[in-house]
Amino acid sequence: MAGGGNNEEELSPDDEHIISASEEEDGSDDESKHAKLLEAISSLGKRKRMKRTERSEASVQVSEFSVNADGTGEKVNLSDLLGTMDKTPGAPNKTKQQLKNLQNRKETLELPLSKQQTEKQIQREVAYDKSSKEVSRWETVITQNQKAEQLVFPLRQDPTGPKRMEQVVAGWKAKTPLEKEIFSLLHSNNQPIHDPLLTPAEEASIKAMSLEEAKIRQAEFRKARVLQSYYEAKARRERKIKSKKYHKLQKKAKVKAFLKQFDEMMKTDPAGALEELKKMELSRMQERMSLKHQNSGKWAKSKAIMAKYDDAARKAMQEQLEMNKQLTQKLVVPSDDDDDEERNVEEADALPDFVNDPEPILDSVNPWMRGKLTQEHSEPEVTAVATETAVETKDEGQNGQREDEEEEENEEEKLLREFERKRKLRQDEDDDLVPVPQEEKQGERFSLCFTKPRHFLAIFKAELLDEGLVRVRTMDDLEALQQDVVMDTTQPAPASATPAPSMETTSEPPKKKKKKKGIDPNEVLTKEAKVIKMPLAPTVVEEEEEEVHAEQTAIIKEAFAGDDVISDFLKDKRKQEKAGQAEVVDLTLPGWGEWGGVGLKPSKRKRRKFRLKAPAPPLRKDQNLPDVIISEKRNSSVANHQVSQLPFPFQNSTQFESCVRFPVGQTWNTQTTFRKLTAPKVVTKMGAIIEPMSKEDLPPVKESSGAGKREKTSIGWRF
Amino acid sequence: MKVKVLCRNPDDYVRETTRDIQRVPRNYDPTIHPFEVSREYTRALNATKLERIFAKPFVASLDGHRDGINCLAKHAKTLSVVLSGACDGEVKIWNLSKRECMRTIQAHEGFVRGICSRFCGSSFFTVGDDKTVKQWNMEPPGRGLQEEPLNTILGKAVYTGIDHHQTEGTFATCGQTVDIWDEQRSSPIRSFSWGVDSFSCVRYNPVETELLASCASDRSIILYDMRESAPLKKIIMQLRSNTLCWNPMEAYNFTCSNEDYNLYTYDMRRLDVPVTVHMDHVSAVLDVDYSPTGKEFVSASFDKTIRIFPKNSGHSREVYHTKRMQHVICVKWSADNKYILSGSDEMNIRLWKANASEKLGLLTPREKAALNYNQKLRDKFQHHPQVRRIARHRHLPRDLFKQKRELREMKEARRRKAQNVRKHSKPGSVPLVTEKEKHVVSVVE
Repeated sequence: MAGGGNNEEELSPDDEHIISASEEEDGSDDESKHAKLLEAISSLGKRKRMKRTERSEASVQVSEFSVNADGTGEKVNLSDLLGTMDKTPGAPNKTKQQLKNLQNRKETLELPLSKQQTEKQIQREVAYDKSSKEVSRWETVITQNQKAEQLVFPLRQDPTGPKRMEQVVAGWKAKTPLEKEIFSLLHSNNQPIHDPLLTPAEEASIKAMSLEEAKIRQAEFRKARVLQSYYEAKARRERKIKSKKYHKLQKKAKVKAFLKQFDEMMKTDPAGALEELKKMELSRMQERMSLKHQNSGKWAKSKAIMAKYDDAARKAMQEQLEMNKQLTQKLVVPSDDDDDEERNVEEADALPDFVNDPEPILDSVNPWMRGKLTQEHSEPEVTAVATETAVETKDEGQNGQREDEEEEENEEEKLLREFERKRKLRQDEDDDLVPVPQEEKQGERFSLCFTKPRHFLAIFKAELLDEGLVRVRTMDDLEALQQDVVMDTTQPAPASATPAPSMETTSEPPKKKKKKKGIDPNEVLTKEAKVIKMPLAPTVVEEEEEEVHAEQTAIIKEAFAGDDVISDFLKDKRKQEKAGQAEVVDLTLPGWGEWGGVGLKPSKRKRRKFRLKAPAPPLRKDQNLPDVIISEKRNSSVANHQVSQLPFPFQNSTQFESCVRFPVGQTWNTQTTFRKLTAPKVVTKMGAIIEPMSKEDLPPVKESSGAGKREKTSIGWRF
Repeated sequence: MKVKVLCRNPDDYVRETTRDIQRVPRNYDPTIHPFEVSREYTRALNATKLERIFAKPFVASLDGHRDGINCLAKHAKTLSVVLSGACDGEVKIWNLSKRECMRTIQAHEGFVRGICSRFCGSSFFTVGDDKTVKQWNMEPPGRGLQEEPLNTILGKAVYTGIDHHQTEGTFATCGQTVDIWDEQRSSPIRSFSWGVDSFSCVRYNPVETELLASCASDRSIILYDMRESAPLKKIIMQLRSNTLCWNPMEAYNFTCSNEDYNLYTYDMRRLDVPVTVHMDHVSAVLDVDYSPTGKEFVSASFDKTIRIFPKNSGHSREVYHTKRMQHVICVKWSADNKYILSGSDEMNIRLWKANASEKLGLLTPREKAALNYNQKLRDKFQHHPQVRRIARHRHLPRDLFKQKRELREMKEARRRKAQNVRKHSKPGSVPLVTEKEKHVVSVVE
């Protein structure tokens, strides 16, 4: 290499030119070439030294394309080369562009590594990444197991107990000739052998009614029967009510309900509505035939006599006549058209028949099933709103009078509901105790209070309390009752008025006193509590209570005669307090600086001077707690059994304490809780080999992430 | 008026049969059972004391070998069968329930270096100092016939360890290289080497069954994938690891026993720092084996003890030693999680209970409930000083105790020194190095 370099150096530019010229001529004739060469050689000999100055030293940076490194240390830039590029016309534009792009790029490429090393390392890295990813699939399972309260090993256990018949039978085949014979017989008989093991008839019967289905149906029947009996009982009860007002209201309510239902029916079930209409027609016919509402009966005649003088009687008669008119009004037979139907319905609104028609909602067979309100009791407000809206939709253009009527009706309904509720309440309490006449009386009251329902309600309640059906047994009950009354009526009950303030300071029991702040608790404890007799709300009960109380106190007194716990406790506390106080140190020396001897005391001044008082101890924590002694001394014998530091998994002391406080033993817990609480963390089966986890335990992997995945089951050899 | 009548239903107090236990009516009203914490505390204390009293872990010793025991293997399918290889080339098959040797085979000349059972339990493999791998039938030969291996593979160098694949007919040996063999072929189907001259142990991952790990004499642990042509990764530690064991319930965790008296649990995805450093041994740790539940592992040490570590605890929960047990070479945890087997220098295999105070045999349900309750109480009050003091107390032989104290002092001195150096140098110039970081030299990719 070095020799070659020297040779190159010795070539002068002229020579190069010559050589290149000779190359260009393409060696057409050797003779001329040869002559030239000779010339050149001869010329070489002459100017050897002169030419040599141009390239003086062997350069390291000789490029392999034999580019002269003119100034050593100078770098050849791409731009220098590109200059020549522009000049040469032959170079394609594309390459020029590429070269320009290259020129703009600043980064240099890294030194390539040796081939062997790179291959190995890359392989290893890729493989490691793959396998660590593969292993990471187990993470969920592992964390789950770590968190689990209990782990049962071996992980895959066959379910114990008897197997299902199908599972046992599945793998079985006839082997012996006898079995085969039987099978052939069965086949010829068209008897199913395999899975269902039932004849088609049996299957059908099973399909017809499975056991569960039958049970469900039976339960349904039972429920229906019970409901029916309830209804019957209710209807009977309602029928027994003698209040006319009640029945009147009930009737109105029924009519309303029916109308509403009819409205709905028109929308949902036109055929049913038609039927109803027909029924109406029938009732009209009956009305026309009968003499009802014709003012020809006994009652009507008597009213007719009275009508001259009595406004009410006159009104009643008019009502009767109107009723007749309504009932006998002709109905238009409905046609198929929707409009007609609608019109019919509108007309039907005007003439409801509530006397003769059976209740449409209820069981038509059952004569008891008549009494029912429009809606359920639970949501009276909602129903009111609903009815109002219904009215609005029904007759938008009608006058306001009708609306008023509707509202009144609503009010009535409300009343009715309340009435019924009260009644129910009473009946629940005692069926037989409420006599019938009382019921009537209430009916009267009801009619009296009709205009002011709320007020009536209050009276009603007060009445209930007066009856005294609820027996107050204990003092607590009484107090609770008292509070209830105060809360409800908001007026101070005369009997349960608060006692005079003068009494309050001294003679109330300590229980009540503690709640008041201005009183010294120490006083309360030490002073004897005088029991004062207070007039309480129900005086009869009070007497009983007092008797019981007196008895109790007597018993207690007898049992604990001569046992003064409170004073003992107070003594104890005083002793503790004294022990806590710092003692006075007396440093007086008798006879020092003055006469001493028997019967002589040091002077007062001296004593004052030499008695050292220690600073007062901090205030006791139980200073204001009369019935508590708080000792702040550390008890070392207890400390031995206490945890000094918060153990690791716990965040704070309350957590730890609550963990310890909760007992786990059978003494405090039921059998099942005990078993749950003491369940061991790891359960193993005796004599069973615990296999390591296998790929069956792995949760199924989604396919989307399986781009660069290896097959799981078989080994893919990669050489 | 209500009339109250005394009514007793005999079902409430009469037993159905005379063998039933007496019915005890219970009232769970907490006011009737006061002081629950202190009562339970006393019970816990008693339970702890009883546990310590009944802690008698040693079950049996199997003697019969004429040289130190070098390797142990469990039968893959039977709990009562254990195989052991000794330093004189003898292999013995033991019946644990009878505590007797069923079969003796002169398998190799020189040490039996490794032994493993095939996954189906029909045969087992041994490797020895005579550069051979031999496959043996688990069934004894017929009367009058000699013990002959099913297959013998003659290698070029000494094999130091062997392990069998969990589900397939391939096994791995280690010596100068780690070789993967097909049972049907006499030459390895793959051999891995990564600039080391010898390996001491190779183990298959029991969960991800294509992964392997090996310990090499250049202080490194190398991971392999059987399907790849090159090893995966290498960690170089400060001292040599003797053996390692994969956790059978956690696919990516393995624990290695090291010459520096410690064990290290690694997560194979993050090899630069061990997950846990398990300290307590006072001499080189020679073998380690996981419990089949993956919750604990047992380690055998040159300091003549066996220790049981919870998998994520830095210190052992139990130490087993006897007067006559010498350096423990190999240890295995039985597949039912109940027993531990240890083979030691003085030619004996010892059988230990994994839970020292456990009652062996069947338990009645009441007994079981009582044991569970006691365990729960011990757990609940484990932080209380009296309970802890009793539960943690163990007896150690005098020399071990002294060594332990010495080590503790050395460690303390080192710590103090580091602290002083840090204190007297520019802040930040001497970084704090945690115990975990100290032991890994480098991770090579």
